[in-house]
Amino acid sequence: MTASNGHGMTLAEKVLARASGAERVVPGEIIEGNVDLAMMHEQGAQTVGPFHQMGAEKVWDPERVVIAIDHWVPASTEGAAVLHRILRKFAAETQLPHFYDVGRHGICHQILAENGWVVPGDLAVGTDSHTNMLGAMGAVATGIGPTEMAAVLALGQLWLKVPPTIQVKVHGTMGRGVTAKDLVLRILGEIKTTGATYKSVEYSGPAIEALSMPERFTICNMTTEMGAKCGMVAPDQKTFDYLAPIAKHAMHPLTPDADAQYERVVEIDLDGMPPMVACPYSPDNVRPLPDVVREHIKVDQVFLGSCTNARIEDLREGAALMKGRQVAKGVRFIVSPASTKIYDQCLKEGIIQTFTDAGAVFTNSSCSACFGGNMGILAPDEVCASSSNRNFPGRMGAKEARIYLMSPAATVAAAIRGEVADHREYL
Amino acid sequence: MKDVIEGRVWTLGRDVDTDGIISGKYLTIIDPEELKKHVFEIALPEFAQAARPGDILVADENFGSGSSREHAPQAMKAIGVGAVVADSFARIFFRNAINLGLPTVEARGVRAIFEQGDTARIEMRAGRITNVRTGATVTFPPLPPHLLGLLDAGGLVEKVRTELAARKAAAAAPP
Repeated sequence: MTASNGHGMTLAEKVLARASGAERVVPGEIIEGNVDLAMMHEQGAQTVGPFHQMGAEKVWDPERVVIAIDHWVPASTEGAAVLHRILRKFAAETQLPHFYDVGRHGICHQILAENGWVVPGDLAVGTDSHTNMLGAMGAVATGIGPTEMAAVLALGQLWLKVPPTIQVKVHGTMGRGVTAKDLVLRILGEIKTTGATYKSVEYSGPAIEALSMPERFTICNMTTEMGAKCGMVAPDQKTFDYLAPIAKHAMHPLTPDADAQYERVVEIDLDGMPPMVACPYSPDNVRPLPDVVREHIKVDQVFLGSCTNARIEDLREGAALMKGRQVAKGVRFIVSPASTKIYDQCLKEGIIQTFTDAGAVFTNSSCSACFGGNMGILAPDEVCASSSNRNFPGRMGAKEARIYLMSPAATVAAAIRGEVADHREYL
Repeated sequence: MKDVIEGRVWTLGRDVDTDGIISGKYLTIIDPEELKKHVFEIALPEFAQAARPGDILVADENFGSGSSREHAPQAMKAIGVGAVVADSFARIFFRNAINLGLPTVEARGVRAIFEQGDTARIEMRAGRITNVRTGATVTFPPLPPHLLGLLDAGGLVEKVRTELAARKAAAAAPP
């Protein structure tokens, strides 16, 4: 596929032009961008030292800073307790009012989404790599490290190299039991883990327009696994409807020019696409679910959670499959909602009861088993079916453990069957 | 930052991810001296014991992929890594390393000219890496002035400190 030869701007270029106060920007150019929203989770504890060493006395704009602890909530180790205390003290000293502490917590990206902290046209940065998720709002949202965050808190700016853009155009209709997770895994299989390094990925086409906001979050979330700087969807009526009651600041909706210049165009057709699985040990090791099912891969643990796939829609879908069925003997099924708000909704809808009746453990909201540092740790050679985003060696515990990434519905099927299974049999 | 960096080489493959450099269970550790004991526990288990200050890491494509954890370059810096060279880097790792003042060089084809234990010489401004044992070289586009400036300043903390101090002095100066 050849790239177009137009002279317009892509969505990322539009947002970065706005952020730097420029008429236009071109890929490769280094800009100083004004930050609209800065988010920190526990890694923000490492921002405090550099912030003081820089001689900074106050945060550039406390109304534009969100702290959302999520990896170890409530603190599960003394080390985590110390990180939380550093953040609480820093928030008090620098008068940061927007701290989502234990009890009002959730996974940082979900906290930003459900509270309207990132809106169309924003440049948002966070101390977590999956900050890319917020690109679904039509924003450039990207992960940075804690020292860089210290500079952002001090100056309200950071340098960015304007990325070239890969356009992913999606056509067709998702079949029964096929989800946004399957689509993003399919795209990962095409672009691979290095295919979008330093780049922007712009998702478009009729099938993207048809997706709900939560589905767009899932897609943009795993743009991180392609190595991208950002993953974006142009804002439309769905974006505005989602944000209208909750937006924390003014929207600046931008859309790509018709003659924007793309480095590469990837076309994906959803018609006939089966559910997908990313096999060990890379998120781009993607195969059709039915092929993997034939190998009868026994699972020790199943995880339905993470910033990628633990929203109310995901948990409703999972609970509908789980209802009246049991978790297979010898399987540990961990369900962790993406935020306390979602937890409350699950409580109201009886979703928690459905999972616990089946023999699953329904935890409080956190990153949970996704990152191998809190709970749901895997022993050597154990196998986990997971709705999360990474399956590197050692990601969820022992380096020999094997992780299969899939949709929420497919995790439930694996929990019922005790091996990687096709959830469509239960629909 | 030194213009020429020379050191003993440790070779790594492609897609060395941040879990392989510092795994999730160590992310509550803040002290770099403690962190360095666990550096590369998964990706290069013998490194933490045998590393010498000034050693150079030479990796294939996509070094540092995965999470935003600054623990990864922090632990490498603490153990005395002189530079990291790779065919390509994951973006957050690259930024984090430069921000901490850890020389980081992207040079296509570099992994192929080194074996474990070779000596590498990196000329940061000339944009050349040489295998001192074999004489093989690869060239690379030198870092843009913006990033060389960051490394020269000793990292982002020093750079912002200078900038904030200048702003303060300007504000205090009589009109």
